[in-house]
Amino acid sequence: MNSSGGARKEGGSESSSKKSSKKPKYSRFTQQELPAWKPILTPSWVIGTFIGVALVFIPIGLATLSASGRVVEIIQQYDEDCVPPSYKSNRVAYIESNSTNKTCSTSLIVPKPMKAPVYVYYQLENFYQNHRRYVKSRNDKQLRFKDSANSTKGCDPEATLNNTGPIVPCGLIAWSLFNDTYKFSINSKSLQVSKKGIAWESDQKHKFGSDVYPKNFQSGPFIGGAKLNSSIPLSEQVDLIVWMRTAALPNFRKLYGKIERDLDANQNISVIIQNNYNTYRFGGRKRLVLSTTSWIGGKNEFLGVGYLAVGGISLFLALGFILVYIFKPRVVANSECPSVWS
Amino acid sequence: MAKGRIRAKIRRSGLYTFCVRPQEKHAQEETSLPEGPGFSRIVHCNQPDVHRRKPYRYRANNISTTKYNVLTFIPKGLFEQFRRAANIYFLLAAILSVTSVSPFGSVSMIAPLAIVVGLTMAKEGVEDWRRFMQDMEINNRKVTVHKGDGVFEQFVWQEVVVGDVVKVHKDEFFPADLLLLSSSYEDGICYVETMNLDGETNLKIKRAQEVTLPLDDDAAFKDFQGMIKCEDPNPSLYTFVGNLEYDRQVYPIDPTQVLLRDSKLRNTTYVYGVVIFTGHDSKVMQNATESPSKRSRIEKKMDQIIYILFSVLVLISLISSVGFSIMTKNELPNWWYLRAPDPQGLYDPNNPILSGLFHLVTALILYGYLIPISLYVSIEFVKFLQAYFIDNDINMYHEESGTPARARTSNLNEELGQVDTILSDKTGTLTCNQMDFLKCSIAGVAYGTRPSEVELAAVKQMAAELEGKDPDIPSAGQKSEVELETVITAKDEKDHKHAVKFFGFEDARLLNGNWFKEPNLEVLLLYFRILAVCQSAIPELNEATGLYSYEAESPDENAFLAAAREFGFEFIKRTQSAVIIRERYPNYSEPVEREYKILTLLEFTSKRKRMSVIVRDEDGQILLLCKGADSIIFDRLAKHGKTYLEATTSHLNEYGENGLRTLALAYKKLEEAEYNAWNNEFQKAKSSIGSDRDANLERLSELMEKDLTLVGATAIEDKLQEGVPGCIDKLAQAGLKLWVLTGDKMETAINIGFSCSLLRQGMKQICISTAQMEESANDSKEKWLLYTDQAIKENVLLQITNGSQMIKFEKDPNAAFALIIDGKGLTYALEDDMKFQFLSLAVECASVICCRVSPKQKALVTRLVKEGTGRTTLAIGDGANDVGMIQEADIGVGISGCEGMQAVMASDFAVAQFRFLERLLLVHGHWCYKRIAHMICYFFYKNIVFGLTLFYFEILAAFSGQTIYDDWYSLSFNVVLTSLPVISLGVFEQDVSSDFPALYQQGPRNLFFDWTRILGWMGNGLYTSLVVFFLTIAIFDSHAFRPSGQVADMYVMGTIMFTCIIWAVNCQITLTMSHFTWIQHVLVWGSIAMWYVFITIYGALPLDISGNVYQQFVEILAPATIYWTTTVLVTVLCVGPYFIHMAIQRALNPLDHHIIQEIKYYRKDVEDQTMWHREQSKARTKTKVGFSARVEAKMRQLKTRIQKKQSGSTFPSPASLKS
Repeated sequence: MNSSGGARKEGGSESSSKKSSKKPKYSRFTQQELPAWKPILTPSWVIGTFIGVALVFIPIGLATLSASGRVVEIIQQYDEDCVPPSYKSNRVAYIESNSTNKTCSTSLIVPKPMKAPVYVYYQLENFYQNHRRYVKSRNDKQLRFKDSANSTKGCDPEATLNNTGPIVPCGLIAWSLFNDTYKFSINSKSLQVSKKGIAWESDQKHKFGSDVYPKNFQSGPFIGGAKLNSSIPLSEQVDLIVWMRTAALPNFRKLYGKIERDLDANQNISVIIQNNYNTYRFGGRKRLVLSTTSWIGGKNEFLGVGYLAVGGISLFLALGFILVYIFKPRVVANSECPSVWS
Repeated sequence: MAKGRIRAKIRRSGLYTFCVRPQEKHAQEETSLPEGPGFSRIVHCNQPDVHRRKPYRYRANNISTTKYNVLTFIPKGLFEQFRRAANIYFLLAAILSVTSVSPFGSVSMIAPLAIVVGLTMAKEGVEDWRRFMQDMEINNRKVTVHKGDGVFEQFVWQEVVVGDVVKVHKDEFFPADLLLLSSSYEDGICYVETMNLDGETNLKIKRAQEVTLPLDDDAAFKDFQGMIKCEDPNPSLYTFVGNLEYDRQVYPIDPTQVLLRDSKLRNTTYVYGVVIFTGHDSKVMQNATESPSKRSRIEKKMDQIIYILFSVLVLISLISSVGFSIMTKNELPNWWYLRAPDPQGLYDPNNPILSGLFHLVTALILYGYLIPISLYVSIEFVKFLQAYFIDNDINMYHEESGTPARARTSNLNEELGQVDTILSDKTGTLTCNQMDFLKCSIAGVAYGTRPSEVELAAVKQMAAELEGKDPDIPSAGQKSEVELETVITAKDEKDHKHAVKFFGFEDARLLNGNWFKEPNLEVLLLYFRILAVCQSAIPELNEATGLYSYEAESPDENAFLAAAREFGFEFIKRTQSAVIIRERYPNYSEPVEREYKILTLLEFTSKRKRMSVIVRDEDGQILLLCKGADSIIFDRLAKHGKTYLEATTSHLNEYGENGLRTLALAYKKLEEAEYNAWNNEFQKAKSSIGSDRDANLERLSELMEKDLTLVGATAIEDKLQEGVPGCIDKLAQAGLKLWVLTGDKMETAINIGFSCSLLRQGMKQICISTAQMEESANDSKEKWLLYTDQAIKENVLLQITNGSQMIKFEKDPNAAFALIIDGKGLTYALEDDMKFQFLSLAVECASVICCRVSPKQKALVTRLVKEGTGRTTLAIGDGANDVGMIQEADIGVGISGCEGMQAVMASDFAVAQFRFLERLLLVHGHWCYKRIAHMICYFFYKNIVFGLTLFYFEILAAFSGQTIYDDWYSLSFNVVLTSLPVISLGVFEQDVSSDFPALYQQGPRNLFFDWTRILGWMGNGLYTSLVVFFLTIAIFDSHAFRPSGQVADMYVMGTIMFTCIIWAVNCQITLTMSHFTWIQHVLVWGSIAMWYVFITIYGALPLDISGNVYQQFVEILAPATIYWTTTVLVTVLCVGPYFIHMAIQRALNPLDHHIIQEIKYYRKDVEDQTMWHREQSKARTKTKVGFSARVEAKMRQLKTRIQKKQSGSTFPSPASLKS
């Protein structure tokens, strides 16, 4: 009837120490009581926000629109005109034949004065540079390193030339390099087209090796697009570098070069085009574009219109909400009006 | 589990075949132990080592409830992971990503899957580790074990082996199933509390075999030997078949000699026992069932959303692959630059269907972003943190027992916010099962001034209401008076709380011997003696304090004895034939010990509802002392015994209203001859054997217990757990329905109903019971007819229909109904053809109380409510008898803190006290529901935005399966760039921080996860994706985007688009949130900043890794103004509609929480207290139960009274307040 008093006492102290250890420690975090900012949408916030948006957006929209308005752009489609009349019904045969004369001339009229530099673009349409098969068909390693000529993974079917080794640069992108050329002249005085700085600097410096030279390029049974001078390293092949930046959409422009000279209004620029590139097979169009730029880039009315529209709608909404608050007021922080507690 | 058991059986029966049979045969000769498999266990007492070896190898006493062990964790865990359909999809995608079909690099597919599976498994591991630690805690409990040579030593539980002799001390748990050998009592009995097993709180008596009684000290076990042959381990708690072979004799063992693991030794200093079943073989462990895995409503709905999105995924994949096939067939031959077909046939114009099929696989992987793999891991993580907050909530920590709340499963957090019906156990959950003697009525005079908890609560509430609700009515003086009253009572309570256990009585007229000065001294004396003598308890002297405590069958008796002691009639000893009372009279200095010879004891049964003793006092007078339910006693009063009937009845009504349990006391004087004549017959009947024995005894008791004289009545407070009425009130305000399911008698249940304000005066009670029928049947000649099942059933049905009719024709809108049904009635009501009628009646009633229900019925009722109403149910209970209910309900809550673990083990959440349910549901539940709902909606939104832009690009890329984004963007989108804000939404969002019970209804009504809202979010996602994609395209299409003339290539375009998405979705989430701590700020704005950091660092990485985005941000994008202006425009356009929607909703159709937020925002709660209180009270759901409802009724009464009296400037007296 006795015994074990000590043992139980021990048990008691044990449980009490357990007790204290089980107690959650107080901290504002664990108790979810951290100080907090609890914003709510009061009428003044709503109206303030809309007016604020309008105040910011409308000026930006106007600025953007005016910048876009200063940009002068000349667009000339030439794929139709450059096919000789005799080949009009069979354009593909014309372009795929080696014996036809691909030279063609056209002229552009400068509508407004164009400040240097004037950028020259070629624009292709219905050309799926974003097709998965196409996008993957390249090998970055090969482009960079001299020793990696053999790494042609993903480049099929333009990976190697039968028995003679790898193609550098390999893959469909490089193989289908755009090869139309333009020669500009005003009053038979030729305009220099500079290729300097048309490619991204990092591309030129790091992505394309300065000691990698084209090899076996366009030597296979199928000739795609432009040939490359095998004595110029890839890092200097700016057209290739630009081309290899595949476009996001099937209609795209790419920088061809720039004319480092102001062009005056009404000047007539004659262009001699070597119309080599086969867009006729897939029904694509080719255009030549001359454009100046502003701080927003090229001619871009959409952005300005967008800003103006959003700003305008905000202004309208601000008015609308003011009317709502006037004519259908709900005293905030009062539950009397709407019987929400029912 | 089941499998394991079968295997175990086979193994053991095999064992039987090989070695046990010969011995078994030998035993068979002398005993009737059933033969065959299932009865093969052999225990060599006191030879534990034998069982470690073959052929026994019984399971050790350590238990393990873990799912995995070190070896099985990886394979089993992986298997569990890939049972999820979504994970299989991701696994397939990852496998396919290695092939050329995949639009992504393989790393970007495998890495997230590995992370997801890894994290989930880590979580499993942590949870399992916790289970392991819990097991270890149990396994390392200490017990005294016989080491040999009569020496006992402390061992940990897991070292206990079958055959060990253990000594268990008072208040210790039994470490295994034991055969009781002897106890500290001479006759070898011991008291056992089996709460962990069956939830019953009363003590059970176990009795050792006589032959082992001499083994009552340590030394006796030196040479103890014996053998037990018994049944194999099985889950039946109430049976045991076996024999003890001891001293060449065989003694059968019955269940009363077996002490079960997890039950507790009480009132007995120590016992010795032999271990029969250890560890998982023990009955309690055999009973353990794995709790069913439950999923929340939201999660189930999420599955449906996933199916929808999966359909969308398949649809756009099909569109994509059909488009691809057509393109391949018609266009690809012309696209010379693609050089189709390729050798693999992926782009074969001659076989477009095959290529299309390949592409289908590609597309399915590509658009997989619609079904985000990270959703699962984010939800798991969020729920884990939510559970962490629940575990660490200091408001749910119970100081006395040192128990915090526990979220045992984290996947039901949000379900807590959608509960509609709570099914609660009574004893141990609502009440502490402690009775306090509070008031009494003796000789028609009411004694006892202490208010009951119900009164107290009502007064407090009323005071608060007066203050807040009607500032214009009570003047300052009135207010302060009410306050004063409240303060006094509150102080009172503090002073006297727990002064004497079981005794809360307070009245100077009776205490300290003052009763001697009262009139009716004779009756008082009788009253006290009935209290002291008419009982069946055992006194126990606490040597340290010199006070007696009592071990009684029921807590009521404890209260009576405590009261008798306090009045000066201390019960000090019980012998076989007498009780000795130490009586203290104020005029004597010394107490007198009086002996009352017990002649006959007529026991209390629930059917009789009374108990009587016939005693002979020291003067030789024979008395019948009786206590029982008032209705029973009143029916049996003599004509001259009704002197106090009227007064007592009115007192009893008052007590009942105040939530007290009442009993009436009566006596009668007997003549020697009269008693002897009766006793002869009674003894005869007692010793007779036959079917009518019980009926005979019953008849004889009935004969004796009549012509009584009423003495008085007792009022006992069944102590509610702390804060129960308040909690019930809050829950009722939140629109939750509370059903009480109890094993108690109907009267007790109704009393508790009153004391916790589930019932109140003026509420119409619909009682459905078979009892009154049986009673009436007693008088009826067609008894046999009425007793048929069919008849009872029809009667129950009739009662139900009557009840429904009553409700239907009720005109008063304020009328409230309560349904009270007993277990037997429930048996019929739960039958298939009746249950829905029963349910529809029950749903109409404000309170439902089911009494006398078995654990199984509890589960059935729960299922009925769950399935019948389709609403979320929560079951809360503390005992093993609640396990069924807890497992059946959508959410099971176990009361921890008290020793019972069964309910907790089966539960999803464990709290120490019922009152913590309020915070668990109204705060955590509400928050978790909103958080998860918002989080899931937002998650789908952001993935729809992302996934659909991929699809749009597909259309423009000739359905070729090209992505506009870099692989690593896609990869980090869900993992790094947008995951943290959504997690912060899921973890930290709070709509309002105060307690507004009415807001809870947003959950059960599912305002935040209904289809309109989900589809709204999806629509928003569609809109945002369109804006992002086409606006970016429109702005950047073909033009130069920099002053230096360059145009955007695919990767630049992708980065711009991605930037817009990051901004749009993160701004969207800020609009969704309404609570910003620094954490949200850091995570949301940090995510946006992270994106720029990411592209900067990614762009700076060597070309091998960064590829097409090498130096892109720094060199190409950052200097372009248009990049930034586009981001701003797109973001504003994306979140605009949601912002407008919010503004309109707030302006014209605000939700409840909006208004409360506004009040808080304008600090009206601080500046305008009156208004704040008004709002607060308005923010409650009109309720028909809880003391608010009760007070409301009283308020009306009071108000009229005040208005009447105001002209005379008399204030309501405290008495009128309380009445």
